[in-house]
Amino acid sequence: MAQTTVVEPYTGPTPKELARKHGLSTAGRLPSLPEYTRLLWSYRHFIWEFAGAKVSASLGNTRLGMIWQVLTPLFNAGVYYMIFGVLLNTKHGTDNFIAYLCAGVFIFGYTQTVVQTGVQAISGNLGLIRALHFPRASLPISITLVEARNMIASMSVLIVIMLVTGEPITWQWLLIIPALLLQTIFNAGAAMLVSRLGSKLHDLRQLIPFIMRVWLYGSAVLYPVTQYTQHLHGWKLAVIEANPILVYIELIRHALMENVKLAGSPVLLWTEAAIWALVVGIGGYAYFWRGEKGYGRG
Amino acid sequence: MADTEKIPTVIADNAHIIYRIHGSIGPNQSSPLSSFKRLVTRQKSTAVREVHAVKGASFVAYKGEAIGLIGTNGSGKSTLLRAIAGLLPVERGGAIYAAGQPSLLGVNAALMNDLSGERNVTLGCLAMGMTPAQVKEQVDDIIEFSGINERGDFSSLPMRTYSSGMSARLRFAIAAAKKHDVLLIDEALATGDAKFRKRSEQRVRDLRAEAGTVFLVSHSEQSIRDTCERSIWLEGGVIKADGSTEDVMKEYETFVKK
Repeated sequence: MAQTTVVEPYTGPTPKELARKHGLSTAGRLPSLPEYTRLLWSYRHFIWEFAGAKVSASLGNTRLGMIWQVLTPLFNAGVYYMIFGVLLNTKHGTDNFIAYLCAGVFIFGYTQTVVQTGVQAISGNLGLIRALHFPRASLPISITLVEARNMIASMSVLIVIMLVTGEPITWQWLLIIPALLLQTIFNAGAAMLVSRLGSKLHDLRQLIPFIMRVWLYGSAVLYPVTQYTQHLHGWKLAVIEANPILVYIELIRHALMENVKLAGSPVLLWTEAAIWALVVGIGGYAYFWRGEKGYGRG
Repeated sequence: MADTEKIPTVIADNAHIIYRIHGSIGPNQSSPLSSFKRLVTRQKSTAVREVHAVKGASFVAYKGEAIGLIGTNGSGKSTLLRAIAGLLPVERGGAIYAAGQPSLLGVNAALMNDLSGERNVTLGCLAMGMTPAQVKEQVDDIIEFSGINERGDFSSLPMRTYSSGMSARLRFAIAAAKKHDVLLIDEALATGDAKFRKRSEQRVRDLRAEAGTVFLVSHSEQSIRDTCERSIWLEGGVIKADGSTEDVMKEYETFVKK
């Protein structure tokens, strides 16, 4: 820089020493994981507000507004009732197939929408990321919160379907709360995982629909889980029965319905559900945190 | 400002900044076949391009200073501000050190356009790390300062209905609501009307008086002359001059007129 015209020639300590002397930190330093977690906790109000803002922004220009939160799962259930209940009259050896189907569709839909929107959590909010300073994990977590809120509406619809189709209310119904909590942790981890992947690999967005479709057919959503035991053996069966979404769907069906054939014993299912939530939740969080400083680069 | 004890707030030490742009599809890859050929021949995709925006910037900014950043369009001014704010990482070379958490406020700062101005104020304040109680206290002041309600109740309308000047004013008002050790302003003052410009320049002076450092990027020579006594001239990602606004401006003007 030959043309630099410095007012007073600089003869002090080196920039690094000067920075340390006055307690300046590197712009864009990666905080430690506990530090990051504390920071994220202090931004909880922002996360909550951002989730609310997302919902109002997406439904704000519709006439019915928030009613769509309930209408969407209702229409979903209605479509499946039309096709499987009225047109095809599918039973698959299950007493209450419509309720069985709806439980699967709603639980699968929860993870599906989180993954689909999560993959764009970073790349779709670059403007915000390049303008303001907040822990980036707020974005995928907000997305999970938005869907968790929608899930409450879906669950109320599901409970009505259960009652209408003649399932008795038992104390077991309370089990949907821990099951949904575990699924939410799993979803948050998955959202963080795909949002970091999606911020680097923009092509991932094009692949997600196919991945989700394979996952759908492997999660016993549209047919009973007994189909797998009849047709698959060995490692293929083991892989499909360890599928996290299948586990979460089975837990909900087990909680809400009588006489359903499960993929495994309830104890096994609960253990699998907890392990999946912990592994994906913590793993996804740590993976996302490692990339924290690079998200602004695009 | 005492010369004996100058406290540095931002130190840039030979910083190189590179950012990547996705989605600029070049003329040779508009068909699937050519994209496939590119994959097979392992050519680098032109859909992801790297821009070396700042090439080795070094300077020290002190407490109480207001520094103007000038340069022609695309000279790397905004990128440098983003790097100071820690929003863009420094690629190689040295590093940028800063006191506290510098805050960037610019016309590019995207708030949510579908939400009302009032909710954007809440969201913006929370994103800056304020507590809900502080936000509640400040919302009215911020809207008042931005002056968007001068023509009726605009604060409850979605931001997409605002004129560009109005939304820039609101963004400035939000960012200026918090005390910052280092405040980075990107073209924000240029968009408001004369009345608002005056008010915001006053606010910049207040912020400096509270012992912060202010960086100002602007194409308006007047607002730089009015608010900054030191200027840095960036050209093509390289610092061409750094000194008192008068001197740097003179050099810059002869360069532009060439």
